[in-house]
Amino acid sequence: MKKIIATQSNLSVMLIFIAVVLSAPLWLTPIGANYPDLLQKFAIFGIFAIGFNILFGLTGYLSFGHAVFLGIGSYAAVWSFKLLTMNVVPAIIFGIVLSGLFAAVIGFISLRRSGIYFSILTLAFAQMSYNLAYSVLTPITNGETGLQLRIHDPRVLDAAAAEQSGIPSTTLFGLSMSGYSGFYFCAVVLILAFYVSLKIFRSPFGLKLQAIKSNQTRMKYTGFNTRPYLLTAFIISGMYAGLAGALMAVTDPLAGAERMQWTASGEVVLMTILGGAGTLIGPLLGVGIIKYFENIFSALNEDALHTIFNFLPEFLENFLVLITHPFVGEGWHLTLGALFMIIVIFLPGGVMEGINRVSNFVKGKYFSDDSGPDSKAESRLQPGDAGGE
Amino acid sequence: MDAFVLQILNGLDKGSAYALIALGLTLVFGTLGVVNFAHGALFMLGAFCAVSVQKILTLEQVVLDPDQLTAWGTPMEIRTPYIEAWLGDYGAVLIDYSVPFSILFAIPFMLLIGIAMERGLIRHFYKRPHADQILVTFGLAIVVQEIVKAQFGANPIPQPAPDVVAGSADIGLLLGFAEGMVVYPWWRIVFLFFSASILASVFAFLRFTTFGMVVRAGMADRETVGLLGIDIDRRFTIVFGLAAVVAGLAGVMYTPILSPDYHMGMDFLVLSFVVVVVGGMGSLEGAVAAGLLLGILQSFASMNEIKSILPGIDQIIIYLIAVVVLLVRPRGLLGREGVMED
Repeated sequence: MKKIIATQSNLSVMLIFIAVVLSAPLWLTPIGANYPDLLQKFAIFGIFAIGFNILFGLTGYLSFGHAVFLGIGSYAAVWSFKLLTMNVVPAIIFGIVLSGLFAAVIGFISLRRSGIYFSILTLAFAQMSYNLAYSVLTPITNGETGLQLRIHDPRVLDAAAAEQSGIPSTTLFGLSMSGYSGFYFCAVVLILAFYVSLKIFRSPFGLKLQAIKSNQTRMKYTGFNTRPYLLTAFIISGMYAGLAGALMAVTDPLAGAERMQWTASGEVVLMTILGGAGTLIGPLLGVGIIKYFENIFSALNEDALHTIFNFLPEFLENFLVLITHPFVGEGWHLTLGALFMIIVIFLPGGVMEGINRVSNFVKGKYFSDDSGPDSKAESRLQPGDAGGE
Repeated sequence: MDAFVLQILNGLDKGSAYALIALGLTLVFGTLGVVNFAHGALFMLGAFCAVSVQKILTLEQVVLDPDQLTAWGTPMEIRTPYIEAWLGDYGAVLIDYSVPFSILFAIPFMLLIGIAMERGLIRHFYKRPHADQILVTFGLAIVVQEIVKAQFGANPIPQPAPDVVAGSADIGLLLGFAEGMVVYPWWRIVFLFFSASILASVFAFLRFTTFGMVVRAGMADRETVGLLGIDIDRRFTIVFGLAAVVAGLAGVMYTPILSPDYHMGMDFLVLSFVVVVVGGMGSLEGAVAAGLLLGILQSFASMNEIKSILPGIDQIIIYLIAVVVLLVRPRGLLGREGVMED
């Protein structure tokens, strides 16, 4: 599948992608995922994961604190709703710019180190921001309650509009951003974000980032200063996260500090790896899988399970319910953790590698050395990746 | 001055918990070259050993006593733990000492868990990149955490310290301060001495036994030790078990200080990783020193005098120090050359 994408022109990839995304409400209906909340989540986390993939997938730098930019984007957007206007455009711009600035600072410091030290540095920054947002920065972040809209917020630009009763909703020049219109807005942004990421993947810049991943030392010895490229990738990826955070605020104008916690950073890592890091659509697949199953599984309880297995003989039904029960509902994270372990152990390239293997197998080329140097499995064996062995 | 001493003592108990976890992390990293994100889960499992032992000891038998009536006129239920019914006063003592008593169970249990984990999972990840090791152990930590949550619920379960050491000691009197100035809970003193002895015995084990010598040689040059005909893999497996025991014992003894819940492992793990990095990857002494140092600094930062000058410093001090240390001394305080460098 990756091969198929790799050989298509930008235009045809984009046309297919646009068609798939915009028709999502249609083809998601049969599997019961067609409602705006979930669709918006797909699009927003999709943007987040695409951005994370630009850093981790291309350069191999594993950031464990990426959610901090998500939180900053959310806070910036909500403040824009509070102070300026309920229009979403300024909110999104503020979200992107502010998280880009933070990414520049954090990236400048963190990128002085690589490997696990980089992960720890980003983690440290994320935890600092999270702790501060919870405690001292309460005037800005509203601490544990989370930042919310109030009726008496100034909203300078909206002041001319008629007096409103209640808290206004977010709009795009008058079009309310709730329900399907909210999803389509997110979908359009997702398409733009995907286009940018496609361009980056296929640009000389993207190639340089991949070269850094496969052997940074060699890049340096050829007289190539890698730092500015890494920093650019980090900032772009931070801005994607800020955009995702701002969109979260657009669909639900509330920003809480828990969005910055390291578990949230861990989630995007999980999504990207699950789908396939370093591939164009892998992260989107990962987001789809995790968010879909989170939605389905966490809603299941024992009664629902009994209904599902109803067609079986009773003892078998009870037995299956007994086995599956710990994995659904409250225990959904158990499934996620186990699934994640299985993926890392058996399919380090994620779902995309699985699809590749299957498609190669179908074509009867499973044992031939056709995968090429860009395949995940081989690039992992490069000496530069082995770390301090 | 008294506040100073008090903060050092406060910092030492948290710091020694960090030190114990960081020691295990460093041992695993130094021997197997594996970054183990599931180490916090081992700490948590240790704590839940104490919880289970206490649960088992306090299983109650219910006897209906027809002589005594409740307010509703039904026979009163007399609940006595089985262990008390069987062993009398000894049983009561056993329940009182359930936390120290559970060490006896935690040691074999954690050793088993550690060895099973190494043989079953970690072994396959020696040759994989560090990112993969982090990710798979992260997944494992989630799984362990969720199993514990399903079993014991999401709320913290308080564990009482034995009655003898339940109160507080007026340490200040020993040091020449006025009465009531430096008051410190007895159990924390016990914990301090306990972790000091664990640390000392781990170091002594590595320094003065043949087994320890082989392990240290293996840490320095695994290949050569293997060429000398020593089954280094087997010893490293045991070292992994040992690290699991150290983390587990820290968890057991920490329960009266912090009521265990299912995500305590993750909370400590993040901090312990920072500790390991500050101390220097691969340096056992560095891990211990950095653990104690960061614990003490954290407790100083939470003093009101300091918080009024630098608000919020207590929340971020550890991470701030980690950032500074990594930028100024990339190898950490006592890091060895050539560890985790590319």
